[in-house]
Amino acid sequence: MNTEGMSTERMAVDSPLAGSEQDQLLTGWGRTAPSRAQVSAPSSAEDIQAVIRAAGPRGVLARGLGRSYGDAAQSGGASVFDMTALHAFDLDIEAGTVTTLAGASVDEILRAIVPAGFFVPVTAGTRFVTVGGAIAADIHGKNHHIEGTFGSHVTRMSVIDGNGELLELSPDDPATADMFWVTVGGMGLTGVIVDATFRLIPIETSRMSVDTVRCVDLDDVMSRMIEGDDDYRYSVAWIDSVAPSGRGVLTRGDHALRSQLNAKEAAHPWEYATPSLPSAPAFMPNGLLNAASVRAFNEAWFRKHPKKRDGELHSIPSFFHPLDGVRDWNRIYGPQGFLQYQFVVPDAAGWIVERTLARLKDVGAPSFLTVLKRFGPANPAPLSFPQPGWTLATDVPAGNNQLGPVLDELDELVASEGGRLYLAKDSRQSPSMLARTYPRLGEWQAIKDRMDPRGVFTSDLGRRLSL
Amino acid sequence: MIDALGEPQSILVLGGSSEIALATVQALPRARMRRVVLAGRPSSALDDAAVALGNVGIPTVEVAEFDATSTDNHGAFIDEVFDNGDIDIVILAFGVLGDQMEVEADPSQAVHIATVNYTGAVSVGLHVARRLRAQGHGHLVVISSVAGDRARRANYVYGSTKAGLDAFAQGLGDALVGSGASVLVVRPGMVRTRMTQGLPEAPMTTDPDVVGKTIVQALRKGKHTVYAPGPLRLLMTAVKAVPRPVFRKLPQ
Repeated sequence: MNTEGMSTERMAVDSPLAGSEQDQLLTGWGRTAPSRAQVSAPSSAEDIQAVIRAAGPRGVLARGLGRSYGDAAQSGGASVFDMTALHAFDLDIEAGTVTTLAGASVDEILRAIVPAGFFVPVTAGTRFVTVGGAIAADIHGKNHHIEGTFGSHVTRMSVIDGNGELLELSPDDPATADMFWVTVGGMGLTGVIVDATFRLIPIETSRMSVDTVRCVDLDDVMSRMIEGDDDYRYSVAWIDSVAPSGRGVLTRGDHALRSQLNAKEAAHPWEYATPSLPSAPAFMPNGLLNAASVRAFNEAWFRKHPKKRDGELHSIPSFFHPLDGVRDWNRIYGPQGFLQYQFVVPDAAGWIVERTLARLKDVGAPSFLTVLKRFGPANPAPLSFPQPGWTLATDVPAGNNQLGPVLDELDELVASEGGRLYLAKDSRQSPSMLARTYPRLGEWQAIKDRMDPRGVFTSDLGRRLSL
Repeated sequence: MIDALGEPQSILVLGGSSEIALATVQALPRARMRRVVLAGRPSSALDDAAVALGNVGIPTVEVAEFDATSTDNHGAFIDEVFDNGDIDIVILAFGVLGDQMEVEADPSQAVHIATVNYTGAVSVGLHVARRLRAQGHGHLVVISSVAGDRARRANYVYGSTKAGLDAFAQGLGDALVGSGASVLVVRPGMVRTRMTQGLPEAPMTTDPDVVGKTIVQALRKGKHTVYAPGPLRLLMTAVKAVPRPVFRKLPQ
């Protein structure tokens, strides 16, 4: 028997169970529910168009830096574009805008624009998000009550639709405005954003002038925010989710003016450095993050802040992106991962904030990252999350067996009071919850179907929620 | 899709009238469940299982005709189920026990047991694995048996099919590493079901709901092998260490 010939023949068989070099298991930032995709890093719009035109039944999806907590930037069996190789951008100093490929991160853009006297119009709690991701999730920051979401500052973008056609979209062009606004907040399901132009805000210095106040309980936090937030461009409260009182630390501020710097600082008004601390350990056993360790952390965090201090100068990273200093901090929740529960409810339903903290305490779901903020008006995007009222975001470990029913119970309260959940954080809501709380879903779906008639753009989130 | 809290939306049961499979489906969190497919040979037990699942509020319970011995049809059958939507959990639960004495007298019965428990399971298992790999996520739960851990005089034909199935499922699990899909091998001891009715009870005999809960817990923890009940693992380690001449003389 010619065994050589046999083995060659065997090699030629294409096993449906064999992996490919492009296979990657993808998860969101919460490290839950992984799925496999074929990941490629396109180097041009043509690369993307070719894959879209040849797309199979599992579809395609663009992924940025994977900071969505749940399953928004993963798609089992699909072709996933790692967009981060497409990251060239231009700063137009005269116009005060940046035009950038979608894979550029806010981090790299800040390093270029802050020394030139500009800041991004909106930043999330991490600067490690791509511009494409910022538009697709329509991210918000501490200035939402004044300046709205990221998408509201985008003046144009080009998007490849489900037929592989490159479209130029603008909110000011009546022919494309509807496609523009379904792509803002559209979670990548209407097309692949290739590049975009957005307006910057001018800054006199790279420092933040910050007023800090420790609040004795949740009522104290909330009443101070209602009274004073409108006087501040940036505002957010950190809540001690373990303390029975719901005490917190309210930090509010604005970009510091040149006159607030001392002589030494004024010599380098736009100096910008991003300190990086060591990363979290690669392996953390489940359960290390427990009620006791979270209580200790929260106590220390609360004490670290002054009782009351006005006009203190902070750096941009320490004010906006404190967690970016610890690489891979999402590992501290161990192999079972975590999720972030973030809702918005109208002012009249502010009581849901307290109820949420209480119910999570009941089931022993410790959180060391709980933040409360007030939102301003919504924008025209049908799936954009923010609307006027309170938004609470709280991290909880996914390994807790009692979490599912409690979060479903809270969903019911949020929905019945006219609130909703943030898709960039969601990893567990039900399809009916989504349909009930985003009343413009049908309008969004109709325009998506027009832009993507074959249903090429899919994600695990899209499948889970029947989007 | 299975969500961040491990809650599935769709389940396929191969051997849809299996009491262990039914107990497993009922032990899974149901809040997100919207489609359960019960596949098996038409029978009143299969219909009853569908009614039972409908009664606990699962929106869509489909009954589909499936014969483990018709291996030529397995590919088309699995494709049809998966073409109607991703399947999060597949429970491979069919199997026949047979009567060892009758089997020894009539080897064609042994062929039937081997065809259902091993050949049929390998056939459909590979088709399921192909689709799970293509969708990039999902769990295949294979109901093996402690009978495959060590051959016993009283049921070695059945035991040998489970030993083969067990080895197949372990290897399949390894083949799927990195695919997003995974295989959970379940080794129950004696379980009080229709299959074992009238047989003398072995040590650690248990009920289907205990097996179901054990499976759900193992899925959540991402295990690849689990005994049901759990302490059987220790017992079987001891059983496997007993020398054959001694084991042969133990009460069967």
